[in-house]
Amino acid sequence: MAAESPLTPELLAKFGPLRSYPSGDRVSTMVDPDKLVQTHCCFCGQQCGIQLKVKDNAVVGFEPRDDFPTNHGMLCPKGVRRYLQGSHHDRLTQAYFRDPSSATGFRAVAYEEAIQRTASEIQRIQSTYGNNAFAVFGGASMTTEKCYLMGKFARMCLKTRYTDYNGRLCMVSAGVANKKAFGVDRAANAMADIPLAEVVWISGANVAECAPITTSYVWQARDNGARIINVDPRLTPLARGCDLVLPVKPGRDAALFAGILHLMIEHDWLDHDFIRQYTVDFDKAAAVAKQWNPKRTAEVTGIRQAAIEQAAEWWGTAKTSYLMHARGLEQHIHGVHNCLGSINIVLASGRIGRPGCGYGTITGQGNGQGGREHGQKTDQLPGGRDVDNPQHRQFIANFWGIPEPELPHSGVDCYEILRKVETGEIRGLLSWSINPAVSLPDSQYVKRMLSKLEFYVNIDFFLSESGRFADVVLPGSQHEEDEGVVCSTEGRVIKINQAVDPPGDAKQDWRIMQDIARALGRERGFTFNNPREIFDEMCRASAGGVIDYSGITYEKIEAQNGVFWPCPATDPDGRSIDHPGTPRLFEPGSWNSVARGAGPFYFPDGKARFHGIDYAPPTEDVDETYPLMLTTGRTVNMFLSGNQTRRIGPLVDQYPEPLLELHPTLAEKHGIRDRDWVTVESRRGAMTVRCQVVATIRPDVVFVPYHWGGEKSINLVTISAQDPYSKIPEFKVCAVRIRKSEAPEYASWLEPQQ
Amino acid sequence: MKPEMEFFVEPSRCIGCQACYHACSECETHRGHSMIHIEYVDRSQSVQTFAMVCMHCHSPTCADVCPADAIKREADGRVMTARKPRCIACSNCVLACPFGVPKMMSELDLMMKCDMCYDRTSTGRKPMCATVCPSQALYYGPREEVEKLRKRSRIVNQFQFGEQVVTTKVNMVIPREAPSDIVDVTAAMHEPPTGRTITLNVLTQNGGG
Ligand code: SF4
Repeated sequence: MAAESPLTPELLAKFGPLRSYPSGDRVSTMVDPDKLVQTHCCFCGQQCGIQLKVKDNAVVGFEPRDDFPTNHGMLCPKGVRRYLQGSHHDRLTQAYFRDPSSATGFRAVAYEEAIQRTASEIQRIQSTYGNNAFAVFGGASMTTEKCYLMGKFARMCLKTRYTDYNGRLCMVSAGVANKKAFGVDRAANAMADIPLAEVVWISGANVAECAPITTSYVWQARDNGARIINVDPRLTPLARGCDLVLPVKPGRDAALFAGILHLMIEHDWLDHDFIRQYTVDFDKAAAVAKQWNPKRTAEVTGIRQAAIEQAAEWWGTAKTSYLMHARGLEQHIHGVHNCLGSINIVLASGRIGRPGCGYGTITGQGNGQGGREHGQKTDQLPGGRDVDNPQHRQFIANFWGIPEPELPHSGVDCYEILRKVETGEIRGLLSWSINPAVSLPDSQYVKRMLSKLEFYVNIDFFLSESGRFADVVLPGSQHEEDEGVVCSTEGRVIKINQAVDPPGDAKQDWRIMQDIARALGRERGFTFNNPREIFDEMCRASAGGVIDYSGITYEKIEAQNGVFWPCPATDPDGRSIDHPGTPRLFEPGSWNSVARGAGPFYFPDGKARFHGIDYAPPTEDVDETYPLMLTTGRTVNMFLSGNQTRRIGPLVDQYPEPLLELHPTLAEKHGIRDRDWVTVESRRGAMTVRCQVVATIRPDVVFVPYHWGGEKSINLVTISAQDPYSKIPEFKVCAVRIRKSEAPEYASWLEPQQ
Repeated sequence: MKPEMEFFVEPSRCIGCQACYHACSECETHRGHSMIHIEYVDRSQSVQTFAMVCMHCHSPTCADVCPADAIKREADGRVMTARKPRCIACSNCVLACPFGVPKMMSELDLMMKCDMCYDRTSTGRKPMCATVCPSQALYYGPREEVEKLRKRSRIVNQFQFGEQVVTTKVNMVIPREAPSDIVDVTAAMHEPPTGRTITLNVLTQNGGG
């Protein structure tokens, strides 16, 4: 039975998070590395090229990789210090069973014993309650090979429909909107198109902190004379250098885009030829936009009317443009609608599919794109196929050699999986590279559900906050301990190269999957010897799908510095070709496997879709009891739930603990001064942190970054309401109140990162 | 002939990420010690940050005030970290430098400062900070490149401190015209809270302020 191992000094001393600093070979000026391994950063979706310095099977430093075309050597602080996650004190090098009698809460066991117990618990739960009583959570920091195998493992080995992944928290709204509007889920352009644009529109994206190297592209556009428009309730470091800031009220983006479309129509800033030739349903979008005159748009969005009109004029009259967005637009119950609103203004302008005419979502996780392409997402099969589409099912069932009826249908998203734990439908969970106790909203509920599981096995390379709930912990591999591909924010498939071997009993994750399959006596389809074999199978499985990797090889990736999908192995007539990949989607006259020549977009008629969706407010509006809006996000030194970055000393020191940001007028009202302790409270929960009084945020909004666990987790406060289409949770807005507070108990004994 | 490589600092690009600070301390010759200064100008009012490397003055004040003659300017114009055998850790240079660059490493009893990555640049590589900088606020390359790419800016290398005029090897890239000065997010709100109306230039210029 799962339960939470209490946070004790012994547990922290054994598993951390403790901070690692350079020492020994990592600080010596005399080290002569054995080799330099060309690979990529393990963190965000920019996937910067980097070289790791290796000495005696340990990563001891880095050297920039200036030859990689997207980052040209650039790295953010996370990339610079990433190497410190290796050879770490906290590293899991053994398997563990939870053991309340041990001071640390866990007892080390032999790896094989842990595999056997995992298999026998899976068997027990599935034979008692049915195959679907066991669920799987995956993660998008893993290579695409692992993500592919994860989906196959859930469906073919565990025979469960309940598999989902942490990309559900990240950019699924953009994915759904892209499929609805364009028929394909990928950023439409490479970043190289950004500097060619006359207007760069950035909505809900803290580019400087979450996708730092993209900043250089935006500044290059600015230097070329572009106007930069930034929509965000906060002035982020990028906003400072933008030409126009639209400080939108969280959750009102769809209204803003409707207002912009209204002005585009009113002033005839439209590309009529493009709309006629390449799109459908403009009328529906126009009908909605009609109701959004600038005055109403200003009232609802909370942005000055003059600023909205200025933005519309710049956008409307530009000849080239690039629109990008990220979680600020997407993590809402209307996340899909917000994204569709942004696509409406792109399509109305006709500026897509040409040089300097771009659109794209910025990927948050390293493999956020690749992790949702080949089937660990609950509704999806390899090649971007649909798990409920009869032809797609048949294709994959044949490919895997199983009868089609045995291939499980679509399950539910990862939050809904927890709700099924509550009802008793799901009893067991296997999680990989995901830390739901920190990263999911309304985390008291999440923790109750993790405790309710009959059996929970957690696979990771550090003991995360979620790992503390596990019955069995298996030691997985770090990024530098395996090879495989990742698909970057641009849609560029790149290659991660192995630098060192996993320490102790730690194993490459695909090996762990195969060991469990073997212990279950279901190893057919899980006998790969290396990632290349998995990659080759995955590419063949993707052939003919929208996300076609069949023409990609490890060698082509190395030779071309990455390959943009689609990259089919054959031409439309089935002849073998050497396809170079597709950096820019939707070029006029381009061919794709859905339109088959009918047009550049991925629908049978080749046309993109406008959407006539109207704005609706977020789940919780402010009221007298909860008068403020809370929004959450990242800081530049930390990554996701912090399970890696909170162990890297120099990164922790940069911004050690979460700070609540609030405007001076709001602070004054509550008698709060900079660095005071403040309690922020919603209908679900409260947390207490120090604050930062800054004029760079709307006075009706407070912000707290989400990278910390336990009582420092803002997800104790956030809401678990979800978008009906994408199922993304509404991290970006809920109603809260604040009050000045005393130092919490944790402050007296926990280190900042703990 | 290979064009001469120069160092450029463009503060309006800086996003305060501190990649330069971290990367500097990973540099082989002084691992564990960062020579970069990076600060918020006034976080309560703005997210503006400023990264400072050594400007490598033509007539370095740090060297001028050094009683031990420990600070040398190389023929190519770089001003080096104090020489260990000579430095008496008096901190004169730290106090005198108009840009606030030298750092007293008390655990080493030595003044250390940025030497524009002598080890890297002398072997044809770029300095660590200018390589990693995600905004390219720190840039290392030929002057023609900067002139071509950064059309809205101009390059200066003369600074006035009271009576003192300082000419430097490192260049500062500044906007041709003063940019709009966005101070407070409330300025662009539909209903700015009373008592704090700060106008956005970008709006007043267009008649909407
Ligand atoms: S976190 Fe992202 S931007 Fe930073 S170095 Fe890694 S890949 Fe590049």
